[in-house]
Amino acid sequence: MLKGSVGLIALSSLLLSGAAMAQEKIKVGVTATLEGTYTVLGEDGIRGHQTALNVLGKKVGDKELEFIIASTDATPDSAVRAVRKLIEQDKVQILLSPLSGDEGIAVKNFAKTHPELTFINAASGAQETTFVDPAPNFFRYNMDGAQWQVGLGKYAYENKGYRKIATVGEDYSFIYTQVFGLVLEFCGMGGQVTNRQWVPLGTKDFASVIAALPDDVDAIYLGLGGADAVNFLNQYQQAGGKAHLMGGSIMIDQTILSSKGNAKNALIGTLAASGQADTWEDPGWQKFVKDYQDAFPPNKRFPSPSLLATNYYGSTMALILGLRAVNGDLSNNQEKFKAALAKLEIDAPNGKIKLDSNRQAIGTNFVTEVVDDGKGALFSKVVKVIPNVNQTLGYDPAVFAKIGLPSRSVPECKKY
Amino acid sequence: MSLTHDARVPVRTASGVQRPALRGWPEIDNPAAWIVAIVLLIMPLIANGFFLIEIFATTLILGTIALSLMFLAGYGGMVSLMQLTVAGFAAYMVAVFGTSDNANISLGWPWWLAVPMALALATAFGSLGGALAVRTEGIYTIMITLAIGAAFYYFTNQNWAIFNGHTGINNVGTPRFWGVNWRADIPFYYIVLGVAALCYFAVEYISRAPFGLALQGVRDNPRRMAALGFNVNAHRVAAYAFASFVAALAGVLQVWNYRQISPGSVSVGACIDILIIAIVGGITRPIGPYIGALIFVLLRTFALDFLVKIGLDGNRFRLLIGLGFLAIVFWSSDGVIGLWQRWRERLSTPRSSGGRGHG
Repeated sequence: MLKGSVGLIALSSLLLSGAAMAQEKIKVGVTATLEGTYTVLGEDGIRGHQTALNVLGKKVGDKELEFIIASTDATPDSAVRAVRKLIEQDKVQILLSPLSGDEGIAVKNFAKTHPELTFINAASGAQETTFVDPAPNFFRYNMDGAQWQVGLGKYAYENKGYRKIATVGEDYSFIYTQVFGLVLEFCGMGGQVTNRQWVPLGTKDFASVIAALPDDVDAIYLGLGGADAVNFLNQYQQAGGKAHLMGGSIMIDQTILSSKGNAKNALIGTLAASGQADTWEDPGWQKFVKDYQDAFPPNKRFPSPSLLATNYYGSTMALILGLRAVNGDLSNNQEKFKAALAKLEIDAPNGKIKLDSNRQAIGTNFVTEVVDDGKGALFSKVVKVIPNVNQTLGYDPAVFAKIGLPSRSVPECKKY
Repeated sequence: MSLTHDARVPVRTASGVQRPALRGWPEIDNPAAWIVAIVLLIMPLIANGFFLIEIFATTLILGTIALSLMFLAGYGGMVSLMQLTVAGFAAYMVAVFGTSDNANISLGWPWWLAVPMALALATAFGSLGGALAVRTEGIYTIMITLAIGAAFYYFTNQNWAIFNGHTGINNVGTPRFWGVNWRADIPFYYIVLGVAALCYFAVEYISRAPFGLALQGVRDNPRRMAALGFNVNAHRVAAYAFASFVAALAGVLQVWNYRQISPGSVSVGACIDILIIAIVGGITRPIGPYIGALIFVLLRTFALDFLVKIGLDGNRFRLLIGLGFLAIVFWSSDGVIGLWQRWRERLSTPRSSGGRGHG
């Protein structure tokens, strides 16, 4: 019976020696949703991250970067657990995290308890993360969900002639932010949003949602992602749905457009807006697509990088360029590094990105339409490019603050 | 459900009654127990922040939730899948009555008011659930309690007025008094250890007290107990109330640990995790859930690293976790405790020492 206790002591001394190891490298922790509904998104995010490392290299001055990846499942608790593990066990100095909206809010709050470390948002896009009580050590080089919808409402109203739409979205902060951006612009033009339906993240049976879709609208906006979006499309097609569709940024994305089966064909012609467009002709974008395609065999990637790959690429790029600007100097609670990040401007594949005073990205947005490339593969084709989109969507900050935070029923459908 | 019926009960013999009260605790003359206790007490000297909190404190918290299940299943024959839900309910109540970033939800009470309130409400919630479940047996109890757990999960996920939906409640306040930040690693570890020890010994004590013996009687033969004049259902509901209190204590610690609570923490998967912990550890004795929790936490934390280290695809780490549990249950239907027990019996047969039934 002594053996067990001896084993325990041996185990604990083992832990001790692990903690005492010296650190020569710069350690960076990365989280991605490698479990749950958003698994495919997380996997492609990691591919984007690796593409950036292939292009930029893992060296900063004479220091080597070491990346440690942890898995989450899009719930805030899993993100906090993963980030804590990376900080406390793996002793990372910088975090590239997280992927999903509510994770972002939780990690931002957690970042305040570690002011000495630096957090670079990987891909999450809830507005609250950087807009409400931002953490001084949390930097976001991607736009939020509302910024990613800029241009969509106007285009739908003016060019498509839609006047009345209904929305179906996942019931959490990122999709609220997306619908916020859409409603603000569409209703500002004079359009009407008659019905907003919310389904829990991870919904598998959409029968009741589909049955409750209104008939008297010009289009239905879908704010779904990952497995939820594919499930919805399958069931929508089986139910014989024929409405015009509009899509959010993770709905009209390679994670869905290259899913198996033909349910995705319901999306051909769908109008959407996002921080990227698959067929943009910009040389920087085309180079990124090629780097991505060269980095992985065709069966281990999407035909073209998803929004998540682009975001992870951008945030990894910001991390490396920021470190190079200070030559890997992380002394004095990383103050120099943080200052460098705050004024960093990156030439991301999806356009130039700089940060505002809340350390939130100002960047380029794209209105797109889904097209078939003739060989059965779907891509988003750019119809409009909108540069310099900021977090208040061009509104005066005082007016914008009065609208309230994105939620199920905010904003109201009116002109602000 | 044979697994619920083989808890080894050290029934006191006539001579045992005369022994001094302390002799009733089997740990007293077990050197292994003393060594484990000492190691746990000096843990902050040998483990750093991560191992102290993420591994050992988390183990103790999950172990305590699983202990409440062990109490119900092992001594009461009732497999309740809602123990995590009760803990989560307590955690949510701490966030709602205490302080957090969501000022429109949290009432901002000091912790010494919020925590008793949370414990009382969670105990009431658990007892109510128990009162529903006691009219059923075996698989039906599992189903009713699972339904309560699932309903609570979906409710928190979609209710924004109290539970703040999928986002959950962030930056929940933790206690600070006497100049100590009780959420700092070392004080928090001792709080957790103290609570876990309290619950452990309470369960151990109750299993020998008249109430616990009557509960085990109810488990083994409810009809006979009823004939003897015991109120069978009242005993079972009381068992649920006690187990809910234990789970609620762990829930309070859990929300202090992560400083946030969201529906993912009370999902159906997490409810099942508690069952896995209890089964893997063994539900025949109160130490089982803690051993199960340690195995669970170690696997959950290190499976991904381990796979990457030996050059395999890290994405398959869930498979490794599943295989680990499968192996344990395959070799021993009564968990790690059973393995340990059999190993000891094999050692002691030549010496033919059958005195203590408990070790």
